[in-house]
Amino acid sequence: MSLSNDQVGHLARLARVALSGDELEATRDKLNGIFGLIEQMQAVDTRGVEPMSHAQELATRLRDDVVTETDRRDAFQKIAPQTEAGLYLVPKVIE
Amino acid sequence: MINASLPELRRALDARQISAVELATLFLDRIDALNPALNAFITVDRDGALAAARAADARIAAGSAGPLTGIPLAHKDVFCTEGVLTTCGSKMLANFVSPYDAHVVSLLKAAGVVSLGKANMDEFAMGSSNESSYFGAVKNPWKLDRIPGGSSGGSAAAVAARLAPIATGTDTGGSVRQPASYCGITGIKPTYGLVSRYGMIAYASSLDQGGAFGASAEDCALLLGAMTGFDERDSTSLERPTEDYAAALAAPASGKPLEGLTIGLPREFFAEGMADDVRATIDAAIAQYRALGATTVEVSLPNAKLAIPAYYVIAPAECSSNLSRFDGVRYGHRAADYGDLGDMYAKSRAEGFGAEVKRRILVGTYVLSHGYYDAYYLQAQRLRRLIAQDFQAALQHCDLIAGPTTPTTAWALGEKADDPVQMYLSDIYTIAVNLAGLPGLSHPAGFGADGLPVGLQLIGDYFAESRLLGAAHRFQQATDWHARRPACAG
Repeated sequence: MSLSNDQVGHLARLARVALSGDELEATRDKLNGIFGLIEQMQAVDTRGVEPMSHAQELATRLRDDVVTETDRRDAFQKIAPQTEAGLYLVPKVIE
Repeated sequence: MINASLPELRRALDARQISAVELATLFLDRIDALNPALNAFITVDRDGALAAARAADARIAAGSAGPLTGIPLAHKDVFCTEGVLTTCGSKMLANFVSPYDAHVVSLLKAAGVVSLGKANMDEFAMGSSNESSYFGAVKNPWKLDRIPGGSSGGSAAAVAARLAPIATGTDTGGSVRQPASYCGITGIKPTYGLVSRYGMIAYASSLDQGGAFGASAEDCALLLGAMTGFDERDSTSLERPTEDYAAALAAPASGKPLEGLTIGLPREFFAEGMADDVRATIDAAIAQYRALGATTVEVSLPNAKLAIPAYYVIAPAECSSNLSRFDGVRYGHRAADYGDLGDMYAKSRAEGFGAEVKRRILVGTYVLSHGYYDAYYLQAQRLRRLIAQDFQAALQHCDLIAGPTTPTTAWALGEKADDPVQMYLSDIYTIAVNLAGLPGLSHPAGFGADGLPVGLQLIGDYFAESRLLGAAHRFQQATDWHARRPACAG
């Protein structure tokens, strides 16, 4: 498998990571090396093997539907890049 | 005092031979003197450390000190610390002062531990050499032109150079055991689920696990015992009683303290790929285990070689999902110039993440895409099961598995920095343990041809931490490799 510049550009757009032209080229070469390593997996016959998503077979715990957190909006918004009146500011989305 | 064990420090504090403030000052002054050369710390919290030390002294005076009260420690900068910069080694979080404590940080604060500051690490814990940190590479205290290992390289270097007696770390594919090996100290990654991940900045959630560094298995046992315990805020935290790992070491030593212990030696770990000096050192350490009464048996982990490819699908997949939270909206870096919202995301992430983090996000994005999910992600998860089953089969024939922690000693800074695949291959012996979720420990076994430390890895069944620590402790009672110090800590 070998990724093209277009494919890497598409991945970068999906991942919301801007890549410059030079960066794209270097990234493609490194990714192709990594996929060369990963391809070794394909030689193994895993038919009938149940995928393992986790080391411990855990059921999701449930808790009582009660408030456990206190309001710490000011503390959390103090570290935000841009806020106003208790809201996070982002570029205008709807005209 | 800088080379004292935790039990020795405890006795000195309790006997008022030294106060917690004096002890913290001793280590803070060492950090000031040695950190410029080592770069093991990103943040030194002198004021916070001295305040915690004063509180510890008050507890000691009141007679309410616990085993770790007044003991200085370094936290890997992956753990959120309220009011203290928490960067995760990334430009993305270079301005992030955490508004809350990780569960591990809360537990250790409550135990009276004195945090000296935040240890350097590979960016978002992705790396094996600590060269991917936005804050610069950490130097190996044994030889400053060598890497300390990663991703918890700052923690390991700090303990090796005695900038802190103990340190926290995290281990997703070997990030505690590998730097412990390269820096000549002891490090343990417990069973997945024993240490809460709450407030531990996520890389690959099904693999990430907090761990402990110390000069010895005994020091690691004391720290690990204070880090474990159920936490309802981590959905994978295990509901089981905590263990006193240090107490498990206290059984009286005899001439053959490991009589009855069977150690499995995986054929695949002793095959080609291991450097000659590492092999000779590990063989001698295994002979020492036999001299202590253990018997050895060959075992097989036939799918072990697939651990690296499987890991480099699963970990990037989870990373691409976890790191989507860094969007320049609620915290962290936001680009200065951008157009619309999408442009703000893409530019903030492009500027905030380093090259290795971007690569793993892109690999993860690819393997989770429609049309590739089965061939990559599910195939990797199937291999993960085969790898976990291999360990269970091997552990039918032995109590512990032993082998090298790494194929070579620490390599030169820059040697593999531009070759991710070569870097990944250095974790060949550690990664399978994370995929299975088993506990693993690395302890000093001797030195290679270049005078650099070699680590021996012990792997146990789920919840075998006491057995791992106990075996390493017996080894350390009979040898002094763990007591050797680099010149800078002399």
